[in-house]
Amino acid sequence: MKILVTAKRVTDPDMKIKVKPDGTGIVTDSMNYKVNPFCEIAVEEAVRIKEAGDAEVVVIGIGPKEGAMEIRQGLAMGGDRGIHIVVDGDEPCPAGIAQILAKIIEEEKPDLILTGKQAVDNDANQASQILAEMINAPQACFASKIELADGRAKVTREVDGGLEVIDVGLPAVVTADLRLNEPRYPSLPNIMKAKRKPIDEKPMADLGLDLTPRCTVKKMSPPPERAGGVQVEDVPTLVVKLRDEAKVI
Amino acid sequence: MAKVLVFAEHFDGALKKSNLSVFTFASQVAEGGEVHALLAGSGVKGLAEGLNKYGLAGVHVADDGKLEGYLAETYANLVVKVANEIGADAVACAASTTGKDLMPRVAAKLEAGMISDCLGLEDGLFLTPMWAGNVIGHVEVSTPKKVFTVRTTEFDAAAEGGAGAVSDVAVDVEAGVDKNFVEFQKTESDRPDLTEAAVVVSGGRGLKGEDGFKMIESLADLFNAAIGATRSAVDAGWVPNDLQVGQTGKIVAPDLYFAIGLSGAIQHLAGMKGSKTIVTINKDPEAPICAVSDYYVVADAFKAVPELVEEIKKVKS
Repeated sequence: MKILVTAKRVTDPDMKIKVKPDGTGIVTDSMNYKVNPFCEIAVEEAVRIKEAGDAEVVVIGIGPKEGAMEIRQGLAMGGDRGIHIVVDGDEPCPAGIAQILAKIIEEEKPDLILTGKQAVDNDANQASQILAEMINAPQACFASKIELADGRAKVTREVDGGLEVIDVGLPAVVTADLRLNEPRYPSLPNIMKAKRKPIDEKPMADLGLDLTPRCTVKKMSPPPERAGGVQVEDVPTLVVKLRDEAKVI
Repeated sequence: MAKVLVFAEHFDGALKKSNLSVFTFASQVAEGGEVHALLAGSGVKGLAEGLNKYGLAGVHVADDGKLEGYLAETYANLVVKVANEIGADAVACAASTTGKDLMPRVAAKLEAGMISDCLGLEDGLFLTPMWAGNVIGHVEVSTPKKVFTVRTTEFDAAAEGGAGAVSDVAVDVEAGVDKNFVEFQKTESDRPDLTEAAVVVSGGRGLKGEDGFKMIESLADLFNAAIGATRSAVDAGWVPNDLQVGQTGKIVAPDLYFAIGLSGAIQHLAGMKGSKTIVTINKDPEAPICAVSDYYVVADAFKAVPELVEEIKKVKS
């Protein structure tokens, strides 16, 4: 079985994000970057599938040159080889990411495509579904459990109101949700081994795709500020305020 | 002037309140044009009347056994069929798990740019939250057709208006892929829907376990509130996953939000900082949740919540 899994380079989700005063982007001085937490869960799942049976795990990153680090992290977790589509300039819109993945899938022909349900920088949650449509594959989004058997996948999905179970034939696009698994910390020997695993690097332009964006972020602004932080000394005082000031009781 | 098709949602035999907020959004996008709704499912045509009192130009009903188990692929084909038949310029749905699963597939079929969790329009650009709502992106969609999931907490319910034409849609679509619906395991609860409740009582790691959540239920009962939770609490198995409030869970903006024993991680704040009044009980005055709270009491939740329940009962009587 061949699994193609994504490892997107994103800003560290625990860092404070500020918009630049001119609104052209976020402040990136002293910014830390990591593998998108949902992609990390997807990579972990791919590696577990490999460990349970016989699979090749190909880790793909689409982004700036520095994104090689995140692909390398995926290899350290247990991926076999990497593909790095280097983007010079603005990140493609979700449809663009989908087009790129579709092109790679044409060449690689994976049985399973595992991605994170959303990237914690743009929070778009679109690319994988668009990809599934582009390659005419079933999608199984927000997976909290994947059971593979007889060339099919039974996927449990976290949805509003409960859990939904679906059955898909392969190849399928499955997006990982929070509770699919808990990703491992790669051991030091595995980190060292990963340095020798191959990453095939290709500039985005070499794919020969028309990546005219469908959406473009023209500017960014900070969210409305919320005033807060009023300490109340005890519960009885709180209740009086809730009744008389906030008028919620 | 544009024509907007809204994918209306229903759950457990009733229309979702969120549809009304999507109608408001759709009117803004339509700019004097038309808003249509698509009601799809099995045994749903009785719900059409409830949808058809908000000044919609049309309500399209797709009622067929084929639609019994929701599949993104079948539903996307249906949405596209109706959108094309009416000549829709845009398609919108609430940013529910259905909306998030379905709309991108619809967008792909229409080769349309899509805005996730749209917060509104400004100067011809669409607003979308990025980086857990710490950044507002102003996005230009350059395709002739546009698709949206809508952050319904940002839009008031549409006012009642006239009725539009109701039409039946022939459900001659298939999934077109190898996929089967197996089952839906519903989370049983007597409480109101987390995204629709006027009051939410949320708990986090500070509640220490299922018993902590049972304790806050006494507070929730006073308000017929929904219960919410942080990722920690859900990961620990104390509450079901669909109670998670946050960047990648539910976005809520109730009139009153109680944050009990939760620290206020960036990802949690993303899901509730739009609440009208935020009240916090936390042992730690430095917890990030305190800075966004209208009122916070530094106390042990296990002492303060029962006290709060008693004090509120006194005041209410």
